[in-house]
Amino acid sequence: MAEVENGDPRVTPPREIDVLWITAGLSCDGDSVAVTGATQPSIEDIVMGAIPGLPKVNLHNPVLAYATGGDFLRPFHQAARGELGRPYVLVVEGSLPNERLSGAGYWAALGTDQQTGEPITTCAWVDKLAPGALAVIAVGTCATYGGIPAMEGNPTGAMGLRDYLGHGWKTPAGLPIVNVPGCPVQPDNFTETLLYLLYQASGLAPMIPLDEAGRPTWLFGQTVHEGCDRGGYYEQGDFAAEHGSKKCLVKLGCWGPVVNCNVPKRGWMGGVGGCPNVGGICIGCTMPGFPDKFMPFMEEPPGAKMSTAAILMYGRMVRSLRNFTRDSLDREPAWRTRT
Amino acid sequence: MSAQAPGNLVEMSWDPITRIVGSLGIHTKIDFANRRVAECRSTSSIFRGFSVFLKGKDPRDAHFITSRICGICGDNHATCAVYAQNMAFGVRPPHLAEWIINLGEAAEYMFDHNLFQDNLVGVDFCEQMVRETNPEVLERAERTEAPHAPVHGYRTIADIMRALNPFSGAFYREALHVSRYTREMFCLMEGRHCHPSTLYPGGVGTQPTVQVFTDYLVRLMKYVELMKRVVPLHDDLFDFFYEALPGYEAVGRRRVMLGCWGSFQNPETCDYSYRNMSAWGRDMFVTPGVVVDGDLVTTDLVEINLGMRILLGSSFYEDWEPGGEVFVEKDPLGNPVDRRHPWNQTTTPKPQKRDFGGSYSWVMSPRWLDKRSGQHLALDTGGGPLARLWVTALAGRVDTGTVKATGSSVKIRLPRTALLPETELEWKIPRWSNTLERNRARTYFQAYSAAAALFFLEKAMAELHAGRTATWTDFEVPEEAVGCGFHEAVRGVLSHHMVIRGGKIANYHPYPPTPWNASPRDSLGTPGPYEDAVQGSPIFEANGPEKFKGIDIMRTVRSFDPCLPCGVHMYLGEGRELQVRHSPSFGVQVK
Repeated sequence: MAEVENGDPRVTPPREIDVLWITAGLSCDGDSVAVTGATQPSIEDIVMGAIPGLPKVNLHNPVLAYATGGDFLRPFHQAARGELGRPYVLVVEGSLPNERLSGAGYWAALGTDQQTGEPITTCAWVDKLAPGALAVIAVGTCATYGGIPAMEGNPTGAMGLRDYLGHGWKTPAGLPIVNVPGCPVQPDNFTETLLYLLYQASGLAPMIPLDEAGRPTWLFGQTVHEGCDRGGYYEQGDFAAEHGSKKCLVKLGCWGPVVNCNVPKRGWMGGVGGCPNVGGICIGCTMPGFPDKFMPFMEEPPGAKMSTAAILMYGRMVRSLRNFTRDSLDREPAWRTRT
Repeated sequence: MSAQAPGNLVEMSWDPITRIVGSLGIHTKIDFANRRVAECRSTSSIFRGFSVFLKGKDPRDAHFITSRICGICGDNHATCAVYAQNMAFGVRPPHLAEWIINLGEAAEYMFDHNLFQDNLVGVDFCEQMVRETNPEVLERAERTEAPHAPVHGYRTIADIMRALNPFSGAFYREALHVSRYTREMFCLMEGRHCHPSTLYPGGVGTQPTVQVFTDYLVRLMKYVELMKRVVPLHDDLFDFFYEALPGYEAVGRRRVMLGCWGSFQNPETCDYSYRNMSAWGRDMFVTPGVVVDGDLVTTDLVEINLGMRILLGSSFYEDWEPGGEVFVEKDPLGNPVDRRHPWNQTTTPKPQKRDFGGSYSWVMSPRWLDKRSGQHLALDTGGGPLARLWVTALAGRVDTGTVKATGSSVKIRLPRTALLPETELEWKIPRWSNTLERNRARTYFQAYSAAAALFFLEKAMAELHAGRTATWTDFEVPEEAVGCGFHEAVRGVLSHHMVIRGGKIANYHPYPPTPWNASPRDSLGTPGPYEDAVQGSPIFEANGPEKFKGIDIMRTVRSFDPCLPCGVHMYLGEGRELQVRHSPSFGVQVK
């Protein structure tokens, strides 16, 4: 491994890489829209070559594409036939339905098959495109783990990409599916992951570090609570009883202490917004158990009842001691006077 | 349509339609000899089943879940769900919460219209696209001075077109940047874009501080200044198309049948009770209403609600009638509720092979029953802004000091900004409901939203300064209740209908704008608005079948601001010639 610490010198950097982005999973397209809001890096930073060391990137995403219809789908068809002539990263947005449940019809499709006149299912695209990809990224919680369309009682049999391809699935180069969850994805979390993979493909970075759920560790290694600026209120046993309060939200339904996500620390866009840090309970939208294991959302999480009771005695004491100290610190030393 | 001799029809489809949100295909037959679209069908190829999996869930979760219907205007759904929850739970949020939601939703319009208009629609009018579809128009644009050049800084119309080229165009890139700081404004009010974190039934969790409103204000004022340049820029561009391509007003033109369900609650009167809904609905800062052939048919949300009918016909669902479960016999005012009304709908998906003679879309066909004629109208939203401005203008009710409806126009007053003086813009009711006017209205509505936000901000600050800082009202979830929410998603009418039984969701049906606009032919044979607007539309593109891009069709479809997570499909048949007779009977299709 030593020789790949700082990239792999054996890699011949590709001059051009295509990003084939399928939004036709069961999704709301919210991840594509979110990514238009990224600034660190922005989509134009990547496409226009503003980052040193990267190959030229040809982005094929339907929300931003110049081409439409068959013109748009041409590189997808070429890649499926192995005739694209350039390496590609496959991005899948949206969960994959179980087409065994759709009879002669379909739940999700992209484009029309010229031979049959029927839609080409999204699952068929994944079957054709995943095996030849340099890297496969699942963007957003639908594609990563199933998300909202995979909720209990859903008719489509929706699932995440790794549920569909298999949890041990890897690209021919040995790269597992890279999962960037979030509902939607935090914009910079995605572009930064893409950037990392482009560096890796260029031999400028070692293998992307992923946790067991396939998430980049530097983005998802901490909990919401660990990055939340309301954590101090929790420590002092000071909990919000109603929305609009500045205090810790766990008693109102916040799951932050047990959810892996960097949003309270990073903010939503340009450092602005977020979840519990700005008054929104964490509903666990980056987690494989989302949404079912977090519902009903507006109830205190069962585990929080015990942990908040435990912290309460300590917290109240600490708070009163701190208030005492603060009172003293709030006064200037006695000698600062004209008399 | 039947006056001209039918030429050979060429099947042309575009699937997927890009630069929109979601999965849409448009399947057409083009009569190249007569340069018109003979037939059009729109399809959607995604089904997720929200109404199916919402059943049995906690009613408080509705806004979190339904936000996920749409990835660009999810917050409109969350807001609309909160309106329906508030009605069902009988809760009235503090005034400050309503001003905060209005500020969030105004930021959503400012962001979303900006991104869609200048990064997605704009590409259809950019230099590269015009060169590939109508080179003679580009030549003319090079020679045409932009009338408002001193305001927006682009000397010729071709300069504007170049600025719209994807990524390389300066205005394209500026629009991306604007889409970011407007989303930051959104996040200041509702936490996250596009699925808000701080929105709840009963109000918001946003902490109302001086800082949060200051942060919003400084961004808003940049946008206000931008609008003074952008509105004239679009006027120049769209006016040029009328001039360069005489007859372009017929592109995407359809009968004026516009619906708007109202936006921006007025907390002074909005108590969320159904009984008072007619009154508080009329006090919204975008007036709800229906306009047919230029007449304002109603501004009454109760009448709008009761007129809703969900028809099937060409979509992949089992009908629930006859014999479907009736959830709501009468509304809270005692009026009978139809079995095809969303409160009484049961969604049962039935996936099947696509058949353009039968069922071909996952989109249902919502219609509005016009009591005067007994017709089930395929209302459209004009992409959102056209209907909002048209209804608001005719109703003549809105007057915030910054926005004023006059009965025939809407005046928008933008205060002085760093570089530009106070400016008044006036949107006047246009002669047509067509492609270019849908687009023009969008840019004016961006300015409307900014001006309205200035007013909301003043109101919010007044609450804050008076010490009224509560943003949330507690509530209990009743065992049995009904609720409905009416709102304007960015691209048009939005309604959520909820029935609660045993403290759980028994029935929930959201109707976003796209089912209205993108609906397929209904059970009565009436085509949906995209189909109707494209069908019979003239073709101005210079290319023949071999290089045909369908630009006039694309402009038309995009003028509606399609957003299909909520379902049109165009597919290019590689110029196959069909031996098809041009039949005026749309239900019959010969292959």
